[in-house]
Amino acid sequence: MNSELAIRNSPPSALTTLRIAPSKGWVSLKLHELWEYRELLYFLVWRDIKVRYKQTALGATWAIIQPFFTMVVFSLFFGHLGKIPSDGIPYPLFSFAALVPWTFFANGLGQSSNSLVGNANLITKIYFPRLIVPLASVFSGIVDFLLAFVVLLGMMLYYGMAPTLNVFWLPLFVLLALVTSLGVGLWFSALNVEYRDVRYVVPFITQFWLFATPIAYPSSLLSQPWRTIYGLNPMVGVVEGFRWALLGTNTAPGPIIAVSSAAALVILVTGAFYFRRMEKTFADIV
Amino acid sequence: MSEIAIKIEGLGKRYKIGTLKRHDTLRDQLAYLVGKRFSRNGNGNHALSRGLPASQAMPDSASDTLWALKDVSFEVKRGEVVGLIGRNGAGKSTLLKILSRITDPTEGYADISGRIGSLLEVGTGFHPELTGRENIYLNGSILGMKRAEITSRFDEIVAFAEVEKFIDTPVKHYSSGMYVRLAFAVAAHMETEILLVDEVLAVGDAAFQKKCLGKMGEVARDGRTVLFVSHDMPSVGSLCSRVIVFEAGRPVMLPNANAAISYYLSMNSAERTSATWDVEHAPGDETMRITRVEVSGLDTAQTESLWLAKPIRLAMDFTILKAGMRINPVFAVKNSLGVLVFSTANYEESSWGTRHYERGHFRTVCEIPAHILNEGKYVVDATLVQETRFVRVHIDNAVGFTVVDEGTTRGDYLGEWRGLVRPRCEWHTVQANEGEMPRDT
Repeated sequence: MNSELAIRNSPPSALTTLRIAPSKGWVSLKLHELWEYRELLYFLVWRDIKVRYKQTALGATWAIIQPFFTMVVFSLFFGHLGKIPSDGIPYPLFSFAALVPWTFFANGLGQSSNSLVGNANLITKIYFPRLIVPLASVFSGIVDFLLAFVVLLGMMLYYGMAPTLNVFWLPLFVLLALVTSLGVGLWFSALNVEYRDVRYVVPFITQFWLFATPIAYPSSLLSQPWRTIYGLNPMVGVVEGFRWALLGTNTAPGPIIAVSSAAALVILVTGAFYFRRMEKTFADIV
Repeated sequence: MSEIAIKIEGLGKRYKIGTLKRHDTLRDQLAYLVGKRFSRNGNGNHALSRGLPASQAMPDSASDTLWALKDVSFEVKRGEVVGLIGRNGAGKSTLLKILSRITDPTEGYADISGRIGSLLEVGTGFHPELTGRENIYLNGSILGMKRAEITSRFDEIVAFAEVEKFIDTPVKHYSSGMYVRLAFAVAAHMETEILLVDEVLAVGDAAFQKKCLGKMGEVARDGRTVLFVSHDMPSVGSLCSRVIVFEAGRPVMLPNANAAISYYLSMNSAERTSATWDVEHAPGDETMRITRVEVSGLDTAQTESLWLAKPIRLAMDFTILKAGMRINPVFAVKNSLGVLVFSTANYEESSWGTRHYERGHFRTVCEIPAHILNEGKYVVDATLVQETRFVRVHIDNAVGFTVVDEGTTRGDYLGEWRGLVRPRCEWHTVQANEGEMPRDT
């Protein structure tokens, strides 16, 4: 209502003039425009959440089933049969505390990689900052994450494990997982527009990445300085951070987390610029 | 304070045909690159899958590119309603896509002052699992409306779409009519200074189309600037104060909306009764050019089709740039099957038939007598011949016309009149009583 009045009453001189011209090479991220379109981001996230489990028999339970059964399998094979150490934590809890952020990351990556292609009808018909699309698919995974997180809290209760004060750092690690997921998702979603190979590459990479991250095993198996270098995989920082914040593992993950955060930021920033560079051709080739 | 809402300067959009072909996988891309390297003739099999028919597009002979839009420059004043018409692939929709920032131009620029809204396709972003209410918010925000704006117009949108009873039902249960009504309603209630509209009126039943048209008229009267792409000439004619015709990626400027619409219609029936060029771009060379060819009836009122019982006039304007040559204009008339029915030149015209021309502009008129051509469609080639031997300028299918049998020269016969030509021959019949008759049995 207010906006309408504002538009009607503003003199033409107040209208901003927009120049549409060819853009070349690397372009700015236009974060202010992203902010202007925050309501669209909100609605897309809301749509994804609302629609995600429509017409499924188990509904949102799927958000729990996925990490939970992976945990059961890991506990059986790696924990029980493989006798893999778990930093003094019961193995099921040890692996589940890692699987919860991992699932958030992996789903976010999968969704965002396919987001541009999946929303091709929007992209070829309407203008809006394209960054919104992968952003929305990563954000919409937060609900699934929260559901799984509640189960994680339940398991901690079951094993009689109280979180330490470090738990206040937890949002930082969630953010780190989100940044990593978004960063890689930006690269893949932009590549996917031109090369549909990405669709086949992503599940493969995710699987590979799962074992390259200390989910089934502790990173303390590595000695320094390799352990810190391991942090170049940002998910190492996320997983170690989660265990440290929730389960109080005495693994001093500080340096790992610093390295991981830096690596995640590099992926995010390069991904965002690459995405913006490719953006102008999306509508033509998607 | 600017009176110009949209200023477009030298805008062009080039598509790589390679991109249009879509290399979906890296393997395709590699195969394409390798193939391009090893085949000299890369132009063989361009599947123009993006809706740009090859006949319309201008293939860049140098490489695998094609200009969907080229040298587009015009201005739209605030409050103007401008219609964009043209055949499919002529560049209208590409222009709207550039103006609505969906795709980047290749060259030139457009300055847009004011908020721009686009109705390129109704129902974009509708999700079948969401209810009507939810989709109004979702679609509205996709179109660039603020939540408060949607809320304030919500009742109006619902009432316009006539879906009050089903507003909380998922749209997948809607009939297709309800679906497009709701989609159009959301888009039509956007409040932007500039509105780009592409073919959206072709939705719903006749009653709803009428309503949509009414809404568009309201938008136009509101003083908003509208660019309106359509193939529906009556609605273009009634809504638009100015009409621009697109032909093969370039805009054709005509003095008024009616001229533009009739130009488009004649272009569309593959039959234009006149063709005009400015001297620089006219067919010809540095010595002479043909600047206009026109076909008409003697009676100027009948332009669309010509009567076979009336003479037909062919006119040619030409410009002689180099003095001293003997020139003769020639017309060749072909029927719809491409059969040359006849050709004619002014060799017998007194003084002009053998004239050596000075520099200047000339107009020659040739009258085809009545009762020569049969019913049907014809095209005319226009030619300038030098010294009776050398073809200096030749325009294939310069103009076209239709000959209609008005029914005055066929007695009471109503069937098809066969034949390439239709001369009105003299008939004389008598009764001859000499000679023997066979016996009547």
